[in-house]
Amino acid sequence: MPLRSSGQTREVRIIDSFVAIGRYVPMLLRASLINIELLFALILIGFFVGTLVALCQVYGGRLLGTIAGIYEWVFRSVPALVLLFLFYFGPSQFGLYISSFLAASLALGFRSSAYQSQIFRGAIQSIASGQMMAARSLGMSRPRAIRTVILPQAFRLAIPGWSNEFSSVVKDTTLAYAVGLNEIMRSARIIYDRQYQLAMPALIGVALVFLVMTYAGNGLLGGIERRFRIPGLQMPGQGREGELIRRK
Amino acid sequence: MNSSVGSDAAVLRVEDLHKRYGSEEVLCGVSFSLAKGETMVVIGPSGTGKSTLLRCINHLTPPDHGRVWLERTEISHHRANLNRIRAQIGFVFQDFNLFSHLTALGNVRIAPMKVRGMSRRDATALAMEELERVGLAAKADAYPAELSGGQQQRVSIARALAMAPKLILFDEPTSALDPELIGEVLDVMMGLARDGMTMLVVSHEMGFARSVADEIVFMEHGRIVEQGPPARMFTAPEHPRTAEFLRKISELYGESDE
Amino acid sequence: MTFDWRWVAPLAQGLLLTAEITSTCIAIGIVLGVLLSLGRVYGRRFVRGLCAVYIQFFRGTPLLVQLSIVYFGLPTWGIRLSQFTSAILALGLNTAAYQAEYFRGAIQAVRGGQMLAARSLGMSAPQAIRWVILPQAFRLVIPAWSNELILMIKYSSIVFSIALYDLMGVGKKIASREFRYFEVFLVVALFYLALVFIVSQALRALERRVRVPGLGAPGEAR
Repeated sequence: MPLRSSGQTREVRIIDSFVAIGRYVPMLLRASLINIELLFALILIGFFVGTLVALCQVYGGRLLGTIAGIYEWVFRSVPALVLLFLFYFGPSQFGLYISSFLAASLALGFRSSAYQSQIFRGAIQSIASGQMMAARSLGMSRPRAIRTVILPQAFRLAIPGWSNEFSSVVKDTTLAYAVGLNEIMRSARIIYDRQYQLAMPALIGVALVFLVMTYAGNGLLGGIERRFRIPGLQMPGQGREGELIRRK
Repeated sequence: MNSSVGSDAAVLRVEDLHKRYGSEEVLCGVSFSLAKGETMVVIGPSGTGKSTLLRCINHLTPPDHGRVWLERTEISHHRANLNRIRAQIGFVFQDFNLFSHLTALGNVRIAPMKVRGMSRRDATALAMEELERVGLAAKADAYPAELSGGQQQRVSIARALAMAPKLILFDEPTSALDPELIGEVLDVMMGLARDGMTMLVVSHEMGFARSVADEIVFMEHGRIVEQGPPARMFTAPEHPRTAEFLRKISELYGESDE
Repeated sequence: MTFDWRWVAPLAQGLLLTAEITSTCIAIGIVLGVLLSLGRVYGRRFVRGLCAVYIQFFRGTPLLVQLSIVYFGLPTWGIRLSQFTSAILALGLNTAAYQAEYFRGAIQAVRGGQMLAARSLGMSAPQAIRWVILPQAFRLVIPAWSNELILMIKYSSIVFSIALYDLMGVGKKIASREFRYFEVFLVVALFYLALVFIVSQALRALERRVRVPGLGAPGEAR
């Protein structure tokens, strides 16, 4: 259904455009699923790598700790877009094929791991050293103590910071359009490349999708946080001041 | 009520103050007056509305009911002049509340500069005078975090003095201090009383009350139970609750030397 | 893998534009952010609500969407802005929302007794805010703002999508021309790392300069 563009006032055209976007809504929604898939993929990568990096920094000794520290600094200081390009075009240049989804998951995943390692590191370090001493005095080896005493507490402490990361990284999934991923922003662009008048409604639609995702996500995460809370187990600076956390 | 002082000489007059927080009535009809140059000390168990009384007087907490006069002006309902009125009443807080981003000198001169419009030079000279008066001229460039509790409280007294107030309200000025620092603050307060400042003090310091106060007021459950000159209150209180409280307090705090 | 020295000059040019865009949008963000946070803390209910809606929108939607709305969407409503203006507008509005929240946290971290003391000396509420609360809030917010500045340096790379030749844009142009994405973007990454490092050091020095004993970030012991 082509839009009437001549002989109409601007206001009417604008209203028309919001009506016309209707047939593209399913397309946008389907594309948003790709964003969500990417979100989970990158969070998972970030989680495992981040935990590893955090453990290296806290328990790894001088060499491992420094390497982990550099890794963290690099992946926190280089823009996401640069990482995306490196991970997507890099392999192709060396003859390896990599899909946009995989490249985006790795690039954003490693980046998230740098932030997540910071969160875990803070959580691990705020567990009183007495806990480790108590575990060792019971005859536990270091790895066992870490696994059974430190990590369970650290993960709980990390939940608020971690859910912050989750809700800010959901918006970064749109950056993957730059490496050709068919996610929601790319779909929106396709729509208004075809019909420029649909730019505003398409983009506002995308904005709404993200607002919903953000709210739903925050609600879900708040519930998880409450479910796993242990009275008395809190990081310094949690609560009101804990909101002074970066976003994306 | 001190009958030798006529109401014309009253700097402060409080009539039937009421304040309630939620379902709890903290002030249940408090009335008294304070003459010029008089030092009145309010004593009583914790949580009986003594701090609330002070805050209602300078409207930091608005009272629900009742009237307050500063000299001849009724200050209780005149919203417009609140700032000007507060400028005439000094307030010393239990936890000092010095401005953390300013030096001692900065703290003392900021109100004369911003509220009274004094020039920086005049305000600085005035501030140094007041710091001298409380014995802290040497610490003029120190930040609050670099001062001991007693020093901070003395600076906050200087800050109140710099506004040349008609009366000063003291809200448990020494309760947050380590014992060895209490003396220096009480010394300053005694000096003020001697110099004729009108003071209303809420405190547990019985030694101070006994030696400096012109009038002692015993409050409990938001009401004035008894008031009178220290000589009578400490030796022959009329009300049994007064006697009981005084006995408990002297056991707890001991006698402090002047 | 081969690198080319001739990339450095154009990339440096791009870096300059990145710096320009970032500093302009941060400046907008500070001014607007402070106003928004004052509205949130001290405003009437209507003002508070308005500021909250603004902040929720700009924090809850991706920067790319916001930039696209300004550059691609507004022209369909008759508002046509240049690339540079669109960039600093979108980035500025975005960072303002985050800075507003950081500043609000800082205002609320200034202890309540400070306001009481100021009022008890006869200062009006605006005077107390201006001379007692804000000076302290500004010092408290520095770590969060430094963080935001670094973040904006990185996020400014997004303007390449509206054909602005900042560091990222120049990188993409060179890379696609010579089809050597990996090498070029490795160099681009190094440029960003260098910039982030220098700015971090400068900010740390600034923080040390304005530090007042006893007035640290929330949670710091006196």
